[in-house]
Amino acid sequence: MTQQNQSVNYETITKPEGRHARPSGAAHRRRLDQNVRRTFLVVTLLPILLISIVTISLIVRSWPILSAYPLKDLFLGTIWRPDKGLFGFYPYIVATFWVTAVGVLLATPPCILVSIYLSEYAHLLTRTIAKPILDLLAAIPPVVYGVWGLVAIVPFVDKVLAPFSERWLSSVSIFKVNQPTGFGILAAGIVLAVMIAPLIISVMYEIFSTVPNDLRHASLAVGATQWQTIRTVVLPQVAPGIIAALVLGASRALGETIAVLIVVGNVPKVPTSIFDAAYPLPALIANNYGDMMSIPLYDSALLSAALVLLIVILIFNILSMLVIQRMLRRKWAS
Amino acid sequence: MDAHIQVKNLNVYYSKQQALKNINIEIPKNQITVIMGPSGCGKTTLLKTFNRFLELTGGTQLTGEVLVDGQNIYDRDVDVTEVRKVVGLLAQRPSPLPMSIYDNVVYGMNIHRMKKDRKEYKAAVRHYLEIAGLWDEVHKRLHDPATSLSIGQQQRLCLARGLAVEPEIILGDEPTSALDPISSQNIESRLIELKKQYTTVIVTHTLRQAKRLADYVIYMYLGEVIEAGSAREVFNDPQHERTRAYLEGQI
Repeated sequence: MTQQNQSVNYETITKPEGRHARPSGAAHRRRLDQNVRRTFLVVTLLPILLISIVTISLIVRSWPILSAYPLKDLFLGTIWRPDKGLFGFYPYIVATFWVTAVGVLLATPPCILVSIYLSEYAHLLTRTIAKPILDLLAAIPPVVYGVWGLVAIVPFVDKVLAPFSERWLSSVSIFKVNQPTGFGILAAGIVLAVMIAPLIISVMYEIFSTVPNDLRHASLAVGATQWQTIRTVVLPQVAPGIIAALVLGASRALGETIAVLIVVGNVPKVPTSIFDAAYPLPALIANNYGDMMSIPLYDSALLSAALVLLIVILIFNILSMLVIQRMLRRKWAS
Repeated sequence: MDAHIQVKNLNVYYSKQQALKNINIEIPKNQITVIMGPSGCGKTTLLKTFNRFLELTGGTQLTGEVLVDGQNIYDRDVDVTEVRKVVGLLAQRPSPLPMSIYDNVVYGMNIHRMKKDRKEYKAAVRHYLEIAGLWDEVHKRLHDPATSLSIGQQQRLCLARGLAVEPEIILGDEPTSALDPISSQNIESRLIELKKQYTTVIVTHTLRQAKRLADYVIYMYLGEVIEAGSAREVFNDPQHERTRAYLEGQI
């Protein structure tokens, strides 16, 4: 409709004999309009170009090591001795997985509860106050979270959680306390959980708002309580979106570097318990890139770690975004 | 008159604006009451006070009383889910729950734990789908998703779902406005059949529908009840100038 109107306008403007012809400025204005539009297009496409450039240059730079060693030795090798030509990423990959998993698992229950409360129960006033505060949590710089982890969470793990676990859970191997410092996967997981919560909550909140009110009302109208309505009508509708929000949170956690490396202990050993210190991939890259670059293939090894990280995060992001976008579209369509 | 719902000194405000002004009416038992009036006159708002749906909209305030069977449903110790069990609602747009046809009918009964075993639920589903005039069309595909039904069938399913919790009162908020003429007629004839057992309150903006259905009529204008009375009286001999103008199509 508007498209049509515009084209009609163009015609009347460009035709010199047209009734509304403005011969002096019209052509110039049209050219300017087109140039502005092209500029915006280029700026908008820039991010796509950047992602491609980063990916391609990472592939090129990590090619030397990927072609020199079989992938099995790199990704399943457990020994990291670059000076001896041993580049086993396995401990780092496992550490990354553990830290992320603990972070997401800890964040999941509170995030689901908070987003249910905000979207289903809270008064408008509570909502308008709570939402910006949650978003503010996301604005705290990661290094601040890291320092907070160092002064608060590490001692908390050391003095409270570790003794508790030793007393009650020591028979379960993943809760075994092998090194009593407080630094380690659990501390990093707690810090990560707090860091990714605002993102997860705000996505989940959006997802809950995709459920049409008609459905809630249909359930309430036969005398269901609000909780019955949420459980039987709302939650089944939003389940895919909740999982997508968690995957998005996981992708954020996977890449988090500074806050994690401050509290995780940075010990390159395959962890067996959440109380173990570990050394995730981002910390490995951040701590070592730039040092000891004279060692052959060292630079290439670190960049291949970055490549792996980038690919995993991209996949996580794209998958969750696809689900979330689909659900949001459904909301706008209805 | 044997009143099923009594409204006393009811005022409703949306934030600062007054939507209902000092409403005092009675809704007769086991008849169809039609609330009519131009758009924005407060008919739907009035209807929503009968099953306490008004409080789902933020920023509303209510004073006065709505008595169902003599009990003020706005009393502090009244359980809102019990109110909505007794006062059912047929919404403007059919809203089947995202589950099977069978599960839609079972939904409310399940929530109130009204039946003992599967057999009883099955029998009840059949019973209410028959009442809603839907059984013949769906009995071979009870476990298909409810959204696979046509809009008209969906509205009859919603009727069955509402009746299954054994309400005494059925509210209808322009329940046929989203339907085609044949489906509308179908719903109308259901409502007429059901009025022996249920008190029915319908909001409508079509005068012809009001004339087809109404035993009792409430005419509203700008948040006030202008006239209320038996359909015969109001339609043939309106006492108020405004009602007359509306009936003659001037408003």
